[in-house]
Amino acid sequence: MKTLLAVAGAVAALFLTIAMFGTAGWTHPPLVSSQNGFRGTAMGQVENREAAAEVKAANVAPAPADPVDTGGERAGQTYQNVQVLQNISTEQFNRLMVSITEWVSPEQGCAYCHNVENMADDSMYQKHVARRMLQMTQHINADWKGNHVGGAGVTCYTCHRGNPVPQNIWFTDPGPSAMSGFRPRNNGQNIAAKSVGLSSLPYDTFTEYLADKAIDNNAIRVNATTALPTAPGKPIQQAEKTFGLMIHMSQGLGVNCTYCHNTRAIADWSESTPRRTTAWHGIRMVRDINGNFMEPLTSTFPPHRLGVLGDVAKVNCTTCHNGVNKPLNGANVIDAYPELASNTAAPAAPAPAAPAAPTPATPPAAPQ
Amino acid sequence: MAYYQNILTQVQVRPVEPEFGVPVAVDRRWGRPFNSYLIGLFGNSQVGPIYGGYLGILSFVCGLIAFEIIGLNMWASVNWDPVQFVRQLPWLALEPPRPQYGLKILPPLEEGGWWLIAGFFLTVSILLWWVRLYRRAKALGMGMHVPWAFASAIWLYLVLGFIRPILMGSWSEAVPFGIFPHLDWTAAFSLRYGNLFYNPFHMLSIVFLYGSTLLFAMHGATILAVGRYGGEREIDQIVNRGTATERAALFWRWTMGWNATMESVHRWQWWFAVLTTLTGGIGILLTGTVVDNWYLWAVKHGVAPPYPQVFPTIVDPLSAPGGTP
Ligand code: HEC
Ligand code: HEC
Ligand code: HEC
Ligand code: HEC
Repeated sequence: MKTLLAVAGAVAALFLTIAMFGTAGWTHPPLVSSQNGFRGTAMGQVENREAAAEVKAANVAPAPADPVDTGGERAGQTYQNVQVLQNISTEQFNRLMVSITEWVSPEQGCAYCHNVENMADDSMYQKHVARRMLQMTQHINADWKGNHVGGAGVTCYTCHRGNPVPQNIWFTDPGPSAMSGFRPRNNGQNIAAKSVGLSSLPYDTFTEYLADKAIDNNAIRVNATTALPTAPGKPIQQAEKTFGLMIHMSQGLGVNCTYCHNTRAIADWSESTPRRTTAWHGIRMVRDINGNFMEPLTSTFPPHRLGVLGDVAKVNCTTCHNGVNKPLNGANVIDAYPELASNTAAPAAPAPAAPAAPTPATPPAAPQ
Repeated sequence: MAYYQNILTQVQVRPVEPEFGVPVAVDRRWGRPFNSYLIGLFGNSQVGPIYGGYLGILSFVCGLIAFEIIGLNMWASVNWDPVQFVRQLPWLALEPPRPQYGLKILPPLEEGGWWLIAGFFLTVSILLWWVRLYRRAKALGMGMHVPWAFASAIWLYLVLGFIRPILMGSWSEAVPFGIFPHLDWTAAFSLRYGNLFYNPFHMLSIVFLYGSTLLFAMHGATILAVGRYGGEREIDQIVNRGTATERAALFWRWTMGWNATMESVHRWQWWFAVLTTLTGGIGILLTGTVVDNWYLWAVKHGVAPPYPQVFPTIVDPLSAPGGTP
């Protein structure tokens, strides 16, 4: 009995130890750390040296195509059906076509968007989407330059990374209990969900906070702004949702809470880092992208591209950031493609007439 | 001769005749006592006889009902999939009603009604168990230290799941039943109320909690260390101080200049343990009802020190001129 127990105990201990080291998620030495705020406030980032290098290596911007003549005939004159990029030179236009093929459909080539018999033909949904994507990219670079994407800018590659469907997209998640007869309300939480870092927090915070462009600007905030209660405050469930979104933002950027907050006073802006302001605008930018560009495209996409509830694929922080605080390690990707840096045509409603919803992007006069 | 001087129990006392303890007026215990090696590793090797009693059985049944309700709700939340039930078990929970139901006694079952029923049975079970402890302590002519200590833990439980939700006017303020969910709830609770670390009663509770573990470790280690002199016979030693007590006391007087006594160390431990949940309960009770943001409260009362700014000051984009989209 004694020996048996001793052996059983040793085996259990061995397995637990192996499980502890073997399961993912441990940050083990050698470590690199960076300080991120006043000393003694635990504002810092600790990363495994190799893992940090790996993430960096996985986020390298592709070399831009060689520059071409910007003079000569305009693309709009050369070709028959150019609606967005009319005013760039034909050579620039062709260069961009080659680049977007590399960025979006390197394996499938031009045929991914074109009926190669007739390049002017608009029969493929991919071409409709791509045209809107051109406008979207221009809009991001032009209207979100001051508040989010800065001089670095974005191209199709920032999201697509050589895939027709970007790797980090999201759909509304109805949860697992949608089909059983008795439906206990799990409050949209309590399932190990990737969207909230495998915590038990509400797993569909994206739909609430990142899809709705008309959402109340205070929706994410849960803290009282006075020490003592003045009015009924927000319920704890709301704080759980905010927490879930924050975990996504942290994971999307490969950082922790102290990258933006001084966690002793999370809500206090005067103690936060300037990154928090950038993030605040980032949240609004994502709502703008999803609400004004992605959702109106719902009827353009074939059904197999839609989510279980028939909603279109949408963007979150990870779509661009992919685990680093500055997408593609902060490389300037836009200077080599000035045609994507500013709006060239009024955003048109997407073809196959979408429902009345798609109001054009809010005029750039007051970018948030 | 073997002694209790190891960190694992090495000595198992197995009386030839099972021990029945002091005679009590009414003794309705069940079962034939037996000895177990496995159990002897952790405590006395004799198991039984046990006293069920009305209270004990009722408490057990109520506890079982609550356990079943919680477990079945968890299982239903993964579509009765047994594999997912096992895989996701630490994540699953039975959630309290949504805020819209306020203090409604019975919202729809799947909307939190089950939570209220489970909470009712669990609470009844716990309270009955408390009465049982009280009555057994009385029957044995003991002091009431165990029931009162348990009452302190029940206080925290009731504040979290009953008293505070009522003061806040909504069951939704209560804690979900679930392993990770109740931990995430706790983190969210602190995020919602501006950092619970600035709650003075939370501070006290932590002091008593960590203090309890420290006292527990000091006392446990001291007694084991003088086990070779019969130190574990603490009560004997209180009345009739032997060399074990002398050495233990001397050890602490040497190392820290002062020592607790064989008697007082237990008082220390009892109070630390009891005050952990007592102060914790007060801290929770004040949160949201009396104080809405503990950080701001701490600033107001000079508790939270200001730190030098290392970044250019940023302002809330919502309050910045033209910042509102
Ligand atoms: C990711 C989708 C996509 C890929 C891949 C793509 N294109 Fe295009 N192409 C478009 C869109 C969208 C337009 C219309 C642009 C506009 O309206 O401003 C277009 C327009 C054109 C036109 C003008 C046709 C006309 O007469 O109106 C030509 C020529 C063209 N592309 C060539 C190419 C070539 C060559 C390739 C491969 C190297 C290619 N494209 C790859 C999306 C794509
Ligand atoms: C902000 C991120 C983002 C940027 C920038 C972006 N896209 Fe997309 N793109 C998406 C998302 C999200 C989808 C939807 C995924 C899906 O197809 O379900 C998508 C879908 C597409 C599709 C349809 C793919 C398919 O097979 O369904 C094409 C084509 C496309 N994008 C082209 C482009 C081009 C060309 C650019 C650059 C001008 C671009 N995208 C820039 C996010 C982006
Ligand atoms: C990339 C920057 C960033 C990171 C990282 C981040 N946050 Fe936030 N957080 C914000 C922004 C921006 C807001 C304000 C959002 C708004 O008002 O719309 C915010 C708001 C919050 C709020 C609500 C504050 C209030 O006013 O009530 C909480 C709570 C919060 N964050 C917690 C966290 C936690 C916990 C983490 C780590 C898991 C975290 N945050 C990581 C940027 C960040
Ligand atoms: C359309 C692509 C895109 C999306 C989506 C996006 N970002 Fe960004 N973000 C960028 C770019 C580009 C930069 C600028 C990098 C630079 O300056 O080099 C940036 C910069 C930032 C920075 C500043 C980084 C630093 O170290 O200074 C923060 C913080 C940030 N983003 C947060 C977010 C959050 C939070 C979200 C999701 C709500 C988000 N971003 C979504 C493209 C994006």
